[in-house]
Amino acid sequence: MNKILSKKQLSDDVFLMRIEASNIAEERLPGQFIILQLDDDFGERIPLTIADADESEGSITIIFQVVGKTTTDLSKMNEGDSIANLVGPLGTPTHIDNFGTVICVGGGIGVAPMHPIAKAMKAAGNHVVIIMGARTKELIVLEEEMTAIADELIICTDDGSYGRKALVTEPLKELCERDPKPDMAIAIGPPIMMKFCAETTRPYGVFTQVSLNTIMVDGTGMCGGCRVNVGDEVKFVCVDGPEFDGHLVDFDNMMARLGAYRGQETNAHHKCNIDKQIEEKEKA
Amino acid sequence: MSHKSPEELKNSAATLLEEYLPQKDTMKAKARIGIPVQDMPSQDPMVRITNLEEVAVGYSEEQAKLEALRCTQCKKRPCIEACPVKIDIPSFIQHIADGEFQKSIDVIKKTSLLPAICGRVCPQEVQCQEPCTVSKSLKDVSKGVAIGRLERFVADWEQAQGNVKIPEVKPETGKKVAVVGAGPAGLVVAADIRREGHSVTIFEAFHKLGGVMRYGIPEFRLPNTIIDQEVNTLLSMGVEFRTNFVVGKTRKLEDLMKKDGFDAVFVGSGAGLPIFMGVEGENLIGVFSANEYLTRANLMRAYDREKADTPIYESKKVAVFGGGNVAMDAARMAKRLGAEEVYVVYRRTEVEMPARNEEIAHAKEEGIEFYFLQNAKRILGDEDGKVKGIECLRYELGEPDDSGRRRPVEIKGSEFTLDVDTAIVAIGNGSNPLIPQTTKDIDVNRWGNIVVDERQETSMSKVFAGGDIVLGAATVILAMGEGRRAAAAINEQLAQ
Repeated sequence: MNKILSKKQLSDDVFLMRIEASNIAEERLPGQFIILQLDDDFGERIPLTIADADESEGSITIIFQVVGKTTTDLSKMNEGDSIANLVGPLGTPTHIDNFGTVICVGGGIGVAPMHPIAKAMKAAGNHVVIIMGARTKELIVLEEEMTAIADELIICTDDGSYGRKALVTEPLKELCERDPKPDMAIAIGPPIMMKFCAETTRPYGVFTQVSLNTIMVDGTGMCGGCRVNVGDEVKFVCVDGPEFDGHLVDFDNMMARLGAYRGQETNAHHKCNIDKQIEEKEKA
Repeated sequence: MSHKSPEELKNSAATLLEEYLPQKDTMKAKARIGIPVQDMPSQDPMVRITNLEEVAVGYSEEQAKLEALRCTQCKKRPCIEACPVKIDIPSFIQHIADGEFQKSIDVIKKTSLLPAICGRVCPQEVQCQEPCTVSKSLKDVSKGVAIGRLERFVADWEQAQGNVKIPEVKPETGKKVAVVGAGPAGLVVAADIRREGHSVTIFEAFHKLGGVMRYGIPEFRLPNTIIDQEVNTLLSMGVEFRTNFVVGKTRKLEDLMKKDGFDAVFVGSGAGLPIFMGVEGENLIGVFSANEYLTRANLMRAYDREKADTPIYESKKVAVFGGGNVAMDAARMAKRLGAEEVYVVYRRTEVEMPARNEEIAHAKEEGIEFYFLQNAKRILGDEDGKVKGIECLRYELGEPDDSGRRRPVEIKGSEFTLDVDTAIVAIGNGSNPLIPQTTKDIDVNRWGNIVVDERQETSMSKVFAGGDIVLGAATVILAMGEGRRAAAAINEQLAQ
């Protein structure tokens, strides 16, 4: 159960995996995520968006970036290995409708969760403009998949090594200044990127949806660890989200809470880097 | 009060037993009541805050037999009626006095399927022990017959023997029942339905079984091995478990019946919805619901900082808000995780605290401080967004509210600051909203509890519910009682 059917490395620290999960593949809708755990007793539970699913094959696709212990361990697993625990589909699905013109902004690995949403928006009859941004060419992923969906595709890199030399907020602003302006924008990526996308669209009154990636434990609404301030309400990202109105989200508090365990996480990660070095030594 | 070691308690009991055992069948009630109640031996408080092992270590055989002699085997037997599952208490106690431990556990297991658990976590002092003739005679519930401790004794004895009897399962009927939730209600329903030969599958959202017994109640009160034992019994009976399965998300409840062929469904999804105070600063780093704190510590094993990948906040000074068992669990866990100071802040007084006296006593022994008639007004943060203190208010008790307890009334201008780095909110839990939200035909009341009739059937035909999802946050034994009723109704329906 939960066997890894295929594994692809998309960039230095970004991996794609197709995993056996027939129930999840059947029930999932764009915008939803899974939670996985690699060790039954001491493993950590982490959320990852479902980038795609194949109901006939009974599989889901996840795309993840190595950022800590669990993603490091996951990246070392191979085709044929099984993931100890995998649960989903969690979260409220994206509200898909024919809005008109939808701008999909994917920052870095954010294109992975953006993919099923952009696909569904296109299928619903929207004119879909996709903006993909990353620090450098090497970190641009899923270009082919996004090209297939987009009515217009804009790629930018911070260093200009590919596409336009710009942050995603630049083309986003230009699009907001069109007449007629877009009907909505969806921004998915690092919290700071989503925050600035929301600030970019705010003066133009373009509704902007963001997909939040807080720390989670259970993912089903029982602990409140993922809570965020949205307007003057408190919402749980795992059940009310992961998508919210970007103009109402308190990004500063959300980003602060993301760092709650930073000290401990660095230690855990350091341990495994040293382990890695010892491993290499023993291999030699 | 000086702490007596298990050895001391055993020896005192042995001495008294020598005197009384020969008279066990002839002793008069007055003499029985004269035997001092046997204390539960426990780990030394200053030692136990450095470990996660069970605080209450269980009666020695001497203590058990001696305590059993205290039961006057009165004619009235009010204890049976007061037990949510009507265990034949005087009978199991008599067997202990007679040294027939197997017979004793057999009596219990006729009606209770989780004696090792209930013996540990039941609030006996408000159930069987409350109307106990000995309690009434001595005008002190804590001096009544220690029914819970005796139940635990024989349950543990049976496990230690290594050959726990597996309940018999009737021939396969071809019918199948889905149970949502592997907590106390679900486990009990599964056992009762499986016994009738129906196929049972328990669907559990988490990766581990046990529900609140696993994620909420700490190891030092209810060891995981005890839960595993109960689960193993069910596995031996042929009950199937599907973990990492969130009914309502992974599969809609209706689809379990329409597409997967289940003939009936029992919903035991519990009361896992955390309730926050709604004060300013509640989203600062360092504020946790008791659910989050305990789930990290217990289910995710974060108490083992070395081995566990899940982190738990490093706290020096902790304030726990609330007065129930969950608040006690959170406070005592925080202590074990290394907090120097742990304060339980409660807006009423000790008398109104819903927590079990035993838990409060243990917490005090462990150095946890109690601040009564106080509550948080707002949580203060530093420039990094972390908790640095809590502005509290003092209260006094006014007229009773809906719960019958005197309502706490703010004393204006009484603000003061509590210097802490962590706040754990343990003011209660609501029923899990997941099933009602994803199943349109299930009715709930205004608190989100699933509405059921006297057979535990919901507004949806062939769907039953019981435990915290119906009662709101309650107890393991009440969940069991509801589960048994639901199972009986389901079995009756399937037999038609």
